[in-house]
Amino acid sequence: MTFQGLLGDALFLLVLTFAAVPVGRYMYRVFEGQPTFLDRVMGKLEHGIFRLAGIDPEQGMDWRAYAMAFLLSNLVMAVLVYLILMFQQDLPLNPAHLGPVAPTTVFNTVASFITNTNWQVYSPEQTLSNLSEFALEFLQFTTPAAGIVVAIAFVRGFVAGRQDLGNYYRDLVRAMTRILLPITFVAAIALIALGVPDSLSGPAIAHTITGATQVIARAPVAGFEAIKQLGTNGGGIFNVNSAHPFENPGPLTNLIEEFLMALLPMALVFTFGHYIKNRRQAWIIYGVTMTLLVVLLLVAYSSEAAGNPLVHRLLGVAGPNWEGKETRFGISGSTLFATVTTAFTTGAVNTMHDSLMPLGGFVTLFQMMLNTVFGGDGAGLLNILMFVVISVFVTGLMVGRTPELFGKKIEVREVTAAAAAMLVHPFIVLGATALALATAAGRAGVFNPAYHGLSEVVYAFASPAANNGSAFAGLGAASPFYAISTGIVVLLGRYVSMLLMLYIAGSLLSKKTVPASTGTLRTDTWTFGWIYLGIVLIVGALTFFPVLALGPIAEQLAMLAGKVF
Amino acid sequence: MTLSIWRNVRLAVTLFVILGLGYSLVLVGIGQVLFPSQAQGSLIVRHGRIVGSSLIGQNFTGPGYFHGRPSATVNAVTGKPDPYNADNSAGSNLGPTNPALLSEIKGNIAAQRGQVSGAMPGNLVESSASGLDPEITLQAALEQVPAVSRQTGVPEATLRRLVAKEAEGPLLGLYGPWRVNVLELNLALRQIAGR
Repeated sequence: MTFQGLLGDALFLLVLTFAAVPVGRYMYRVFEGQPTFLDRVMGKLEHGIFRLAGIDPEQGMDWRAYAMAFLLSNLVMAVLVYLILMFQQDLPLNPAHLGPVAPTTVFNTVASFITNTNWQVYSPEQTLSNLSEFALEFLQFTTPAAGIVVAIAFVRGFVAGRQDLGNYYRDLVRAMTRILLPITFVAAIALIALGVPDSLSGPAIAHTITGATQVIARAPVAGFEAIKQLGTNGGGIFNVNSAHPFENPGPLTNLIEEFLMALLPMALVFTFGHYIKNRRQAWIIYGVTMTLLVVLLLVAYSSEAAGNPLVHRLLGVAGPNWEGKETRFGISGSTLFATVTTAFTTGAVNTMHDSLMPLGGFVTLFQMMLNTVFGGDGAGLLNILMFVVISVFVTGLMVGRTPELFGKKIEVREVTAAAAAMLVHPFIVLGATALALATAAGRAGVFNPAYHGLSEVVYAFASPAANNGSAFAGLGAASPFYAISTGIVVLLGRYVSMLLMLYIAGSLLSKKTVPASTGTLRTDTWTFGWIYLGIVLIVGALTFFPVLALGPIAEQLAMLAGKVF
Repeated sequence: MTLSIWRNVRLAVTLFVILGLGYSLVLVGIGQVLFPSQAQGSLIVRHGRIVGSSLIGQNFTGPGYFHGRPSATVNAVTGKPDPYNADNSAGSNLGPTNPALLSEIKGNIAAQRGQVSGAMPGNLVESSASGLDPEITLQAALEQVPAVSRQTGVPEATLRRLVAKEAEGPLLGLYGPWRVNVLELNLALRQIAGR
């Protein structure tokens, strides 16, 4: 670790926080229909969209209607993209003349992109036409928007005097026109200026000075890159994602991309504070989550900077771990990106996670297992609040007070649903891992030996379950076994908990708001904040520690003992 | 229900046209007008021919050139090693305790032994993430100066000046290491060596 690297990380997190606070307030204004500076332009666009779709955006929805609209719109969008991918060879905008895509790959890709995951079992430059990429880009707008609005609907369940959760379509469209589109548009132009290509010309053919021919794949990268990051999507337009010099040409683009990934999930914490009229509460959630993030970042950074002792001792090459890293980002720029992408569950990578040191890999894996280190757009806030509900119940039991949260009583129904939502994640991660290890088809995909091989398999289900999308990419994820199993895991990871959270919101909405009294356990205190963090960590440790011990932790110990497999 | 599905179809198609096509195509247009060179991939043209992209590394292994990082890219059809294949980016994905990692680095060290004078820089023998890394650290470039000088006849002092001229420092003094673009360095070297 260098002082310079640490200072860079600190400056980044500071700037991010300064931006997230006003963006959080802005998002509140957008969803509550208060005037904003984009009203004149975007109001017309929204009006046009609703007219073309024949949708009345003013009709309030209860939780059932909101959930139904969420599911139905997702299903229709998935089918549309499915058809485009299936028939890309017969459709326009295919300059590299790429052929049909394997059906299991299409299923996996559509499931992965409709759930904001962007787990990729294909090599994009060899597989998808420009039109197919545009179809995925469309989902990169709609899925973070859907995540954000479900989180907003949940938070509205706490607002006193509300009769409904809002209108799904109105929220969805406004999330795109007022938040995602303006920011990505500006960011994309900045990325082009900094060297990210945006071209429909197909590959360039270079005749090099050594007499070789180099085919250089090109694509409309910049637009894709901007929404991929801001939408916490993470799917690359090239195989190596943001490690590709065309997706991420330098330290400044690297910072912009990290910033875009982290902006909205962090801002949503502050949006939440505006909704419950308690900004202190938002700062406490921010504070404890940021503490965890910083600790994990330091673990990752120090282990990558220390380098691989096997390489040091057996080969006499000193220095940090350069395997799977790009020169221009350096060690700090690579580890910050790896930490941010798994905390904010984006899944873009500028470093090959499979080649991270065991503890570096541990950090990425652990953050996806916790799934609450800010998390993805909307989904992250939902997971955080799910744990807040559970924490308030647990602490209520401990001190013998009726659990109340932001003026609403938390009773059996809500806690049962929150606990079920909480259990889905470990269940699908560990269940699918066990299935993969128990079957020959699952074991056949493993690339690296021993403990690291186990980490590869766990990662392959933790990442889709957390709707992250990054990978220990050595795994043969394109095989039908993994294409289908990870495709199912992404769907369960997204929809089950979101529906349960909407159910809780519906239940809370129907309750009277009780004014805080001396008998109320206050949640906007640091004591509660640390208890919340403790519960997140205990649940994470209890469910995932055995597999972490057999994977990255065992590998770290073996490596320190000088063992090669 | 049917009505609801139909409305969603109309919404999805409308949004696809605006966000999938409109957004993308408008940006392509803006890129071509405002930043044509970057938008087309920062291509380097010499005597009317494209010789590469300043962002994409090339496979320099022979004498008379500065060498870049090891690349794990393969041929998309055969699956055989094809370093710096810019049509199929890939990293090695080798884990830290995998013996294949150690034997690969060992092979890379052997290949660079004659090229590097002092301590072997890890940056030069451990594979990049993309397989297309256009850069090496400044130290990895300076360590190659004596060998390149022997191979080309260009004095070491001249080469050091050249490397220093091509070197780029950290952004704001904080982000990214001191580094050199290998293709641009070799193009400049070729000019000096009169080849």
